[in-house]
Amino acid sequence: MDLATTTYWVVGATFLLYIGIAFGSRARTTGEFYVAGGHVHPIANGLATAADWMSAASFLSMAGLIAFLGYGGSVFLMGWTGGYVLLACLLAPYLRKYGKYTVPEFIGDRYASKAARVVAVVCLILVSLTYVIGQMKGVGVAFSRFLEVSYEVGLGVGMVIVFFYAVFGGMKGITYTQIAQYCVLIFAYTVPAIFISLQLTDQFLPQVGLGSTLSGTETTVLQKLDQIVQELGFSKYSTQTKESTLNVFVYTLSLMLGTAGLPHVIVRFFTVPRVRDARTSAGWALLFIAILYTTAPAVAAMARLNLTETLQPGTIGAAEGSLRYEERPEWFKNWEATGLLRFEDKNGDGRIQYYNDQNPEFAERAAGFGWQGNEMVQLDQDIIVLANPEIAGLPNWVIALVAAGGLAAALSTAAGLLLAISSAISHDLIKGVFHPKIGEKGELRASRFAMGGSVIAAGLIGLNPPGLVAGTVALAFGLAASSIFPALTMGIFSKRVNRQGAIAGMLAGFGVTAFYVFQHKGVLFIKGTEFLGDLPPNWFFGLEPNAFGAVGAAVNFAVAFAVSAKTAPPSAEVQELVESIRVPKGAGPAAGH
Amino acid sequence: MTQANAHAYWRANLRLLAWILAIWFFVSFGCGIVLADFLNTWSLGGYPLGFWFAQQGSLYTFVVLIFFYAWRMNRLDRRFGLEETDREEDGSQGEGR
Repeated sequence: MDLATTTYWVVGATFLLYIGIAFGSRARTTGEFYVAGGHVHPIANGLATAADWMSAASFLSMAGLIAFLGYGGSVFLMGWTGGYVLLACLLAPYLRKYGKYTVPEFIGDRYASKAARVVAVVCLILVSLTYVIGQMKGVGVAFSRFLEVSYEVGLGVGMVIVFFYAVFGGMKGITYTQIAQYCVLIFAYTVPAIFISLQLTDQFLPQVGLGSTLSGTETTVLQKLDQIVQELGFSKYSTQTKESTLNVFVYTLSLMLGTAGLPHVIVRFFTVPRVRDARTSAGWALLFIAILYTTAPAVAAMARLNLTETLQPGTIGAAEGSLRYEERPEWFKNWEATGLLRFEDKNGDGRIQYYNDQNPEFAERAAGFGWQGNEMVQLDQDIIVLANPEIAGLPNWVIALVAAGGLAAALSTAAGLLLAISSAISHDLIKGVFHPKIGEKGELRASRFAMGGSVIAAGLIGLNPPGLVAGTVALAFGLAASSIFPALTMGIFSKRVNRQGAIAGMLAGFGVTAFYVFQHKGVLFIKGTEFLGDLPPNWFFGLEPNAFGAVGAAVNFAVAFAVSAKTAPPSAEVQELVESIRVPKGAGPAAGH
Repeated sequence: MTQANAHAYWRANLRLLAWILAIWFFVSFGCGIVLADFLNTWSLGGYPLGFWFAQQGSLYTFVVLIFFYAWRMNRLDRRFGLEETDREEDGSQGEGR
């Protein structure tokens, strides 16, 4: 069976599975629609949270980012996992104890203010919508690359699948499909990694393989990689940093705070039966996430090594040391067709010279070899995961699995985000603000309509995505870190922060972050509207725009405490609410009144 | 349950939290970032140590930290008599949400 047919079968089988689950888990009440009835086992919720969290970016792009950033890529590894520690001990158990359906609902009750609830809804929708665009693009891209259909058709098929289980099943349908999607995506990610680790190091576990010596030699993978990339003028893999240590520090912190503040992840912890389940469930979620996140650095380093050694098989500088274009491997041709790889024979010798021509010292040496610039003019980072099985020479069914895994990662995250958006609309805006008298049936219908509308809106935006999808996803983290995370933690850990403080803090944190990103990247990412160039010398303390969420969060905390100190403390009822969410027992102090 | 009991429970929780966050900060921002270059003079399982903390070690520590926190908190709940009872679980599902 050829690759395309195999891929159709594998992807088709996973889609049938998702639809089958959707039929088996229709939501009949708003409780089932918003929080799956609150009966999800903590391990099951951990699996669903892992799929909810790991998006197309984690599955398709992260290993590629690390492959080219080396040590600097640790920002994503630590940032996207460390947030779970904050989530597990600062937010999840308390919000579970509070026991309602949405994140803005907590903010509205805690700060006794519909205005605060609406501000939270706006932040939530902006965060989730910018994030969902990236997933939609991932679905379209995965389809068009693996199944040879157009981007639009691929996106359409993806939308129909999500529509099925999200509109009918709500959180209940999403939970059970996410569990299936986790299994698909983790299998698809680890199988090629194990193969490649066995090939290079004879080690079964990629996490061990990355530290091990290459088969038949005394050199470790990292030593070899450090050596070969430096010989081609690139930075040393195991120490290359991202701008500066301060930038790495603040960037990591921003991603951690953003992770803890993402509403679609927080609501997953509303689905477990008890407070103690919310605590352990966060541990299970991170364990399942860490399986992929500790494999990713091994995939990154081993694929970079394979790729570099393929292109530069012999002595650097010797004519026959570079790969002849005519002799390029099959996977190279396949991915050239997609435009992810592009070769340009600058010196006309029919061979591929891949090196760092931005490094003046090495570029000079290269000129001495008769090289006239890096000839791999396009080398997309996504290639690392997408082409990994082909580079390692793995069978077709493994390649088909990667397609199914990428789709599972994108669809599961999209569904979780869409649920967060639609419940904010039906529960917080329609029931909470505009039409409080709406009944159970009416709200369930409203939530299905909101979900259908969100799916269609996300699809339409996905058809014409703004150019800088990666930029907007980073903005989503910055905004979650600077608006939602501080408002929630202060709501739980301080009894003094009041309505005025919370609203001023959210607006200030959100404003500072958006302002910093826009001044360097353009207002709403429109080219030409940036008023300060996006160059390191223009950055505040050398912090890149994507790293700015932590600064926004600090501004949020400072403004909220300052404004609260100048205004009246929250009412006695609010203080009792805070006391009651701090203890797991249902009959907290507030219930005595 | 008294007000004083709830406050003692909350203080114990904050103490545990301070330890958890200190370790969380030390392995990632400390060993993984600020001290990484210094730690790279040693190696662990073939990895330079600072690099290992940044790309492997801190992730393992995070997982262990959350399970440790959950275990200690559940114990704390029982010690202060503040754990959920099975009766409440049934009651909390339908109403008030």
